[in-house]
Amino acid sequence: MTKFIIRRLIGLVPTLFVIVTLSFFIIRVAPGGPFDLEKRLPPTIKKNIERKYHLDEPVLVQYGRYVLDVLRGDLGPSYRNPDHDVNYFVWNSLPKSMLIGVLALGISVVVGIGVGMISAMRQNSWADYSAMSFAVIGITVPLFVIGPVLMYAFAMRLHWLPTSGWLSGEAGWLTLVLPVVTLAFPYFAYNARLSRASILEVLRSDYVRTARAKGLRDSVIMFKHVLKGALLPVVSFLGPAFAGIVTGSVVVERIFRIPGMGQFFVQAAFNRDYTLLMGDVIVYSVILVVMNFGVDIVYGFLDPRISYS
Amino acid sequence: MRKIALLLLGLLVAGSLFAAPEVTFTVLNGAEPPTLDPALSEDNASHNILLALFEGLLIYDPKTNDGIPGMAESYTVSADGKQYNFKIRKNAMWSDGVPITAKTFVDSWLHTLDPKTASPYAWLMAMVVDGAQAFNEGSAGPEAVKIRALDANTFQVDMVGPVPYVSSMLPHTIFGCLPLHAIEKFGDQWTLPENIVSNGPFILQEWKPQEVVTVVKNPKYWDAKTVKLDKIVYIPSDDNNTRLNMYLNGEADWMFGGLPLDQIDALKVRKDYQVIPQAATYFYEFNHTQAPFDNVKVRKAFAMAIDKKKLVDLVTRGGQIATDAVTPAVPGYVPPKGNAYNVEAAKKLLAEAGYAGGKGFPATTILYNTSEGHKKIAEYVQQQWSQNLGIDVTIENAEWKTVLDRGKNQDFQVLRMGWIGDYQDPNTFLELFQTDAGQNYGKYTNPKFDELIQKAARMKAGADRFKALQQAEAIFIAQDQGIIPIYHYVNQDLIDTAKWGGWNRTTYGWHPPKFIFKK
Repeated sequence: MTKFIIRRLIGLVPTLFVIVTLSFFIIRVAPGGPFDLEKRLPPTIKKNIERKYHLDEPVLVQYGRYVLDVLRGDLGPSYRNPDHDVNYFVWNSLPKSMLIGVLALGISVVVGIGVGMISAMRQNSWADYSAMSFAVIGITVPLFVIGPVLMYAFAMRLHWLPTSGWLSGEAGWLTLVLPVVTLAFPYFAYNARLSRASILEVLRSDYVRTARAKGLRDSVIMFKHVLKGALLPVVSFLGPAFAGIVTGSVVVERIFRIPGMGQFFVQAAFNRDYTLLMGDVIVYSVILVVMNFGVDIVYGFLDPRISYS
Repeated sequence: MRKIALLLLGLLVAGSLFAAPEVTFTVLNGAEPPTLDPALSEDNASHNILLALFEGLLIYDPKTNDGIPGMAESYTVSADGKQYNFKIRKNAMWSDGVPITAKTFVDSWLHTLDPKTASPYAWLMAMVVDGAQAFNEGSAGPEAVKIRALDANTFQVDMVGPVPYVSSMLPHTIFGCLPLHAIEKFGDQWTLPENIVSNGPFILQEWKPQEVVTVVKNPKYWDAKTVKLDKIVYIPSDDNNTRLNMYLNGEADWMFGGLPLDQIDALKVRKDYQVIPQAATYFYEFNHTQAPFDNVKVRKAFAMAIDKKKLVDLVTRGGQIATDAVTPAVPGYVPPKGNAYNVEAAKKLLAEAGYAGGKGFPATTILYNTSEGHKKIAEYVQQQWSQNLGIDVTIENAEWKTVLDRGKNQDFQVLRMGWIGDYQDPNTFLELFQTDAGQNYGKYTNPKFDELIQKAARMKAGADRFKALQQAEAIFIAQDQGIIPIYHYVNQDLIDTAKWGGWNRTTYGWHPPKFIFKK
């Protein structure tokens, strides 16, 4: 097992290297550069900026320089936001996106699996139908509709919550409620549908029938035998979902003014802020490959058919 | 002991009852400010905050936006209108107590112009200060710039000519003074709250990107008694629906622009809706380097086939002013009449160009940067050209950087653009379309036009100069139809002026926070 983990960890390095390399060059293919403004800069000034950021060197030299900097943990200066560097943006915004994401994912897992379980146990009852219809809404209605609707109801009409903002404001932790609920909604819906379907499948399997025949109680069968197997699809969904959710949802962050990574990611792309964009790509890919790796490990514990030795 | 404690508590309560409550003004400021360095800023969001933090020789008059004394308590102009002497206040100082002198201004301006600083807005200074362009473009050293400190309090500037709009241009933050002692010490990060030194009515308290920028009253400001606000909170957000909700929910006092188009009709009837004609023009550029738009008859036909009045009434609906000229009216300057909406004349011109009824006209595309508003306008224009000229054009959107890149490479046929005046003079619009100008994407060129603009640049203020500019604009618009002017923008803001004073309807849209107070 340890051997497997070490082998996989070493395997992550080339994956990340390929991602960084591809993104470095693809980003530069997009038309326009970070310093192309509405009013054309005098050529000398443009040259000076390019020299300052080493953009006048051949792309391969730039690439080499960048990789060395990244290995040293320096993500470089932000071209568009010269007062801060990329490390600052990443380390300040990532925890905020993570907090929202972890809360949303946590809620969506607990509530989603709970609802999925009840639906599966009471298949084709009114509870099942209403829960699954609710879940369909969560999957089909986009966040940019759910967010404003919740904001309108709870902030504008009922005045229970602030419209938007971040913890440090006057409203404090109340600012978290709307974005977390909005972000949790589609994940909750996926979790509920996934767990319902797989619980139903496992309920029909031979080993559950055997457990029933042995006269075990329903609750024991569900929590000890069914859930363990039924959670596999949910777990494999959660890996990439986690990476996606903690690196920030652009839509939710914009609507509720969360100073998280998603906002910087999108603005960096529009501004051709190469370094900020690369910084976000690197953080996102590290989280993604690590999470996928984590999913593989968890699989080993959940599914006795998988063995890494 | 207990008695003393009670007494203290009593005093504390009484004190808090009688002390004036702190006045905080919350501004929905638009996008996140990319920088708070006056030499590097080039966008409205930063400029708004910089008006609170820094002060140049002159500051914006809150009513007219013309220049009034700031760091300079007075100034004199030489008889030929070219040389300015500014008297710097004796009590001018930075927030850390370091005095501000004439030398501070010399050093600051040279820093801004230095090609190494790479200021994106230094061109504004380079345009008017003698020798500044050569230094800025790297063809001469700093000694070429004709600015000097005559003594500790006299700052002298030689302009390239008798530039008549200097006083309305100087309050722009690019002409500000910079704390070079802090810049040397902290480098790129000198604007962070823990490092910054400033000289405006307010000082930076916190700056959390994408979250908030807070400024508080500067006790060392020379005119601190005029400053009535204790704190200004700038909220960065470019989600206009969230911004509107915050405003309507009482979470902010001023919504700076960006009112959602689909809610304009409901907002227009509110008492706190402020609409102000802006010195800014929305237009379509032609690509003059390619057929069919290298033909003036085609350009005129396209311009005359758009009913702009209907466009502003039915599509944009915010009080925008339809226009056939590129410059908005400035006191003393009447823009020439352009080619007005006239379908019959347009059809005739198109036929003369060889495309009667639109037959045989090459496939044409309108390029605009992605936005709901630009799309609605492009669709309207598309429908007008189809209906009035029989030409079916396609519309294409792309994100801003792509649009700029294609504009610079003349990779378009018709391109949406706009321009906001930088100072109160027609020149701020007209100079954009000189043959070599940085923003002349369509490559419009007419030597006569260039000559008139250059001539006006060397003339003294007055009727003759305006006449030269008028002639230039008449050539550009009426004769050559270099672009299609569509409308003059309006500033649309939400602020309750019954509650907040010192906030006026100004054409240039600057509201110096120094003068804002709670009624």
